[in-house]
Amino acid sequence: MPAMHDKDESDIMAHADDTSDTTRRDFIYYATAGAGAVVTGAAVWPLINQMNPSADVLAQASIPVDVSGVSPGTQITVLFQGKPVFIRLRTEEEMGTLNDVDISSLPDPQARNANLEEGVEATEENRVLGENGEWLVMMGVCTHLGCVPLADAGDFDGWFCPCHGSHYDLAGRIRRGPAPRNLPIPVASLIDEVTIQLG
Amino acid sequence: MAGIPHDHYEPKTSGEKWLHKRLPIAGIAYDTLMIPTPKNLNWMWIWGIVLTFTLVLQIVTGIVLVMHYVPHVDMAFASVEHIMRDVNGGHMIRYFHMNGASLFFVAVYAHIFRSLYYGSYKAPREVTWVIGNLMFLLMMASAFMGYVLPWGQMSFHGTAVITGLFGAIPFVGEALQTWILGGPAVGQAALNRFFSLHYLMPMLLLGLTIVHIWAFHTTGNNNPTGVEVRRASKEEAERDTLPFWPYFVIKDLFALAIIIAVFMAIVGFMPNYLGHPDNYIEANPLATPSHIVPEWYFLPFYAILRAFTPDVWIVMFTSWITFGIVDAAFFGVLAMFGSLVVLALAPWLDTSSVRSGRYRPMFKWWFAALVVDFFVLMWAGAMPAEGIYPIIALIGATYWFAYFLVILPLLGVIERPLAQPRTIEDDFKAHYRSGQGSGGATAPTPAE
Repeated sequence: MPAMHDKDESDIMAHADDTSDTTRRDFIYYATAGAGAVVTGAAVWPLINQMNPSADVLAQASIPVDVSGVSPGTQITVLFQGKPVFIRLRTEEEMGTLNDVDISSLPDPQARNANLEEGVEATEENRVLGENGEWLVMMGVCTHLGCVPLADAGDFDGWFCPCHGSHYDLAGRIRRGPAPRNLPIPVASLIDEVTIQLG
Repeated sequence: MAGIPHDHYEPKTSGEKWLHKRLPIAGIAYDTLMIPTPKNLNWMWIWGIVLTFTLVLQIVTGIVLVMHYVPHVDMAFASVEHIMRDVNGGHMIRYFHMNGASLFFVAVYAHIFRSLYYGSYKAPREVTWVIGNLMFLLMMASAFMGYVLPWGQMSFHGTAVITGLFGAIPFVGEALQTWILGGPAVGQAALNRFFSLHYLMPMLLLGLTIVHIWAFHTTGNNNPTGVEVRRASKEEAERDTLPFWPYFVIKDLFALAIIIAVFMAIVGFMPNYLGHPDNYIEANPLATPSHIVPEWYFLPFYAILRAFTPDVWIVMFTSWITFGIVDAAFFGVLAMFGSLVVLALAPWLDTSSVRSGRYRPMFKWWFAALVVDFFVLMWAGAMPAEGIYPIIALIGATYWFAYFLVILPLLGVIERPLAQPRTIEDDFKAHYRSGQGSGGATAPTPAE
């Protein structure tokens, strides 16, 4: 384009037939195509973005859960951010039994605990909540394809996903089946004796 | 490729001439209706009409259902019950729509396997085939989204599983799934958009139907011999063909009448036979039904999805060479979509120049095995994912891929095809007047 400045008006007109070099017409083609692509992108993006979670969906803060009714060996399921969360009070017998397995032999050796840093081992201590580790709080969503696993079922007496046959143990760790990861533990804390806060 | 020569529309009255100069619509209608059609088409060439009928049935009943349906998580289930109990004739309209989906898939599977046996996908009909595969994909998407709308237990948890397929994609999966659902889990946003898309997709299907017909009207129909219609002159072409109207229209309508009779019997006497009782329980996010199964027409592909568990060597190997990026869940997703991709690629995987399975002695058996395989997969997909069933599904899935990726390419090289008839006319005469005019039937000729 800089060459353009050296030419008089008749030369500029001649450029319309010139195919060997970059001409003003080429420039206009590219500019139009570029502008067209940008405008199309700008027009399409809102149409795509409107499908992302809306403000009211994103605005779900933490919720307190009353766990006073949970007796040892039972669990409740609560809905948090549209997904089920299992809250289980572990029995005396269960405690301390989950480290019997070699962590490195697990299909997923990571704890998947949002309250701890990433990558820690899936030991019993890293999966449970409470002073004595009496609470187990985790998402009730199978890590395979998102079904809700059934409690007190499967070959490891923990949870069993009826959809595609994933077996989880009593710490919610995947032991057998197609699921790739342990059931994830959401951000959770004990506020007092009878209340667990999710999120 | 030149079209088959035939008479074209000539406007006769002054009114026709006036319109024809301005909009040649009567000419298009005439040429479409009078298109020369191979006169040896058998009963497997009726499914196109059945599919067109079903698409119209689904659109008409669907538009009416939307007048009563409410796409809201609190009201969707109740509004469907309202349709079933309160709306005048609503239960029948819904049963037509519900079972219409099954009729759609019966017809499309027959249509697809017809094309696979008679080599209808081969040159020059690849574009027709690929458009057909796109339509099949759209049909499946549409059927899936429609199944979500009643907001029953199967609707809800089926959606969780199917959208989870996208969640299994490495890196972008979770964001993609959230985008598809409009939130962290299946809810109002998902129901509302699926309703919108369920209404859109049949319209796209309608458009693609026109393109599909346009494509095979350009190349001409395939036929049971796979031998092309002669098109050097109109006289020659007329010895191989008959006009679509009235010959094939009447034949197709007769077949359609029988199929509608069977369909009516199912709608009238056993409307819920193909459904799941669990979907008459309102969606509950806290409890998954003990046995999640998709509708029957998805079962073969569902079986392929589930077949690849982490203990299968190819899954372990793929996981190892990709440093764990492709895990079992993603592998299953790739296998399921891959099973549709190999189907669409059939024109380029099949190396045989002979179209029709009639003249392919080895192909016949492999094709028969594929049909059996399809039903075995369908059965395995309905069974729980434990015991012997995943192994059966794995064998079935392996054969599906082997058929397209190994058997079709190899057969074209090693198989010695039988002699094809020289022309459609020869085959027709040999079939309908045995002893007469079958002289040319023994000379082997190439497919084109």
